[in-house]
Parts: sequence; structure tokens; C-alpha cells
Amino acid sequence: MVTVLKSSDLLAAVENPENIQVQDKPLTIAGRVFGSRLIIGTGKYKDYQQNADALAASGAEIVTVAMRRVNLSSPDEPMLVDFIDPKKIVFLPNTAGCFTGEDAVRTLRLAREAGGWSLVKLEVLSDPKHLYPDMTETMRAAEMLIKDGFDVMVYCSDDPVFARKLEDLGCVAIMPLGAPIGSGLGIQNKVNIRLIVEQTSVPVIVDAGVGTASEAAQAMELGCDAIITNTAIAEAADPIRMALAMKHAVIAGREAYLAGRMARKLYADPSSPLGGLI
Amino acid sequence: MNITLNGKASEITTELNVTELLNDLSLTPAKVAVERNLQIVPRSVYSKTIIQDGDRIEIVRFIGGG
Repeated sequence: MVTVLKSSDLLAAVENPENIQVQDKPLTIAGRVFGSRLIIGTGKYKDYQQNADALAASGAEIVTVAMRRVNLSSPDEPMLVDFIDPKKIVFLPNTAGCFTGEDAVRTLRLAREAGGWSLVKLEVLSDPKHLYPDMTETMRAAEMLIKDGFDVMVYCSDDPVFARKLEDLGCVAIMPLGAPIGSGLGIQNKVNIRLIVEQTSVPVIVDAGVGTASEAAQAMELGCDAIITNTAIAEAADPIRMALAMKHAVIAGREAYLAGRMARKLYADPSSPLGGLI
Repeated sequence: MNITLNGKASEITTELNVTELLNDLSLTPAKVAVERNLQIVPRSVYSKTIIQDGDRIEIVRFIGGG
């Protein structure tokens, strides 16, 4: 018997990709489970409203935030927490601007008091020109923070040796840079990112360097568990649209990684069979 | 009484605890964190913590960052 499908049946299958059953473990960081594998920053936006709109478009459940002095001369100025609700979105306080372990620990203790949670992003920077992490100080700060009860997600160089040391210390996520912070240069060292992914049993999250959606997908195709991006969204001509693009890119990259790409070949291989030619 | 408030020399004319200091500055306690002489002041002890002469007070909040 021949069944001819109506075009509406075909459309339904295409328009409802959720009907297709695919298995994936959710992103789990220090026992917390997340549906989205995209983490976005909250810096460099035109204003907090645009930031909140981009967040909604991105579907992210975690945002990175910084800790700074209150501007005492204008106590009424808009506050981030009035636009992004820390009860609904996980605030991941960073240590941006810290150049020593002590600075980082001090900042995150304040963040813990302000927010009441222990999940933090440690970044101890070196030279302002390239903002590469100072790995010796990062190691020292990570040790101090872990002893103090923090769950440390650590920004690090893409060096598999340091990545291993940080994991051994007890960091809950290893976050190598793809390229210098804010550069938008994409994943510069895919070999190292892949090596880190293969050796690490906690989540590996590319933090810094992603410039556009294809680069987010690339990080995910390498097997990263998530990505963090700030500037790529905030400095896009249309941040809301780029946030949406990043959402799709991270899903696409993850699915491609799970699917397993085809082997690369040196020569063409026809997709249509050669047998039965008329 | 002279204190350093967020890095700036400031004068306090009456005795204040941290809750009163935040009130005077029109700040919502739930949205900030306070450090006194490099030690965190937990919210639970704001009203019992009296500002002393020479104190270095830092009041911080979350802002946008990457």
C-alpha cells in the first residue's frame, strides 16, 4: 500500500523539532542543574534594560556580575538587581579587576554577603593589555576560596597542565579563555581546548574570546559544556538579536558535538549512488 | 568623628550603627554589602555595629560585569 503524506504532515515534523527525542545530560555545576548552556555577562550594555532584554532573548540562567563601590553621590542610580532578579537568575560574581589572590578573596566575600551564595567566578588578571590570567595567583586564590567554602568556577589560560591542577584543587568548573577578554577573536587554540575537555571531569566552559555565534558553536563542537560571552552580545549592533543567535549557536554546537561529525576526507565522495544510472 | 567611606574622608556628627548609616545614605540594605576595616559586616549585626572613629567603611553592590 502506498501512503502519500500530505504537505501539512511534513510541515508539522519540521516545525516541531521537539518531537524528535534526543538525550543529553543537563549542565550541572557544583550540584546546581541548568537548562541553558549559555552564560552571559552584564557589562558594556547601553543600559540595564537592554541587558535584561538580551538576557531574556538568550535564555541564559546565569549572568556574570561585578562588585563595585556604591556611588554615594547618587544613591538613586539604577541598580542591576532592579532589572535582573537574583531570585530567578543565578548571579555569578566575578573578581574582574583583581590582580592578587587577596583582592579576589576580599571581593568574593563581599559578593557572598551581598548575594548569599557561594558559586563564584574567579579571575585573577595580570597585564591590562591582554588581561591574561595570572595563573600562579589564580591557583593561590582558588585554594584560599575553596578553603573558605566557595564553589569556584575558574577563569584560566588554555593550558591543560594548569587546568588539571585547578581541577585537582577542587574547582567546580574550568573556564579557559578562547582569546583575550573582549577581543572577539574566537577560539584561538582548539587543540588545547579539546585537550582540556578530554581530561576534565567537571564542566569546561569557554570564557572570553567568543565574537559571534559561529564561534560559540565551535566551542560547543569541541565538547565544551557551556560558554560565557559578554562583549559579543553587548557590542553587537543589535544585542537582543545576537543574544538570540548565541542561544541557537550553543544548542547547535552542542547537538553537533553529541551527533559526532563526519570524518574529514581529502577527496570528494558523491552523495548520490553511482549504481542504477540511466 | 572622622571615617573613610568608600575611599573618601567623611565626617559623622552623631553616633551611628550600620543600619543608620545606610539609612542616612538612602541605601537599601538588601542591595548592598558592607565591609568595616577589611572585615565583612553580616547583615544580621548591622544594627549592633557602631561606627567608630577612624573606621574604613566600604559599601558595595552588584553592577554589570563580564
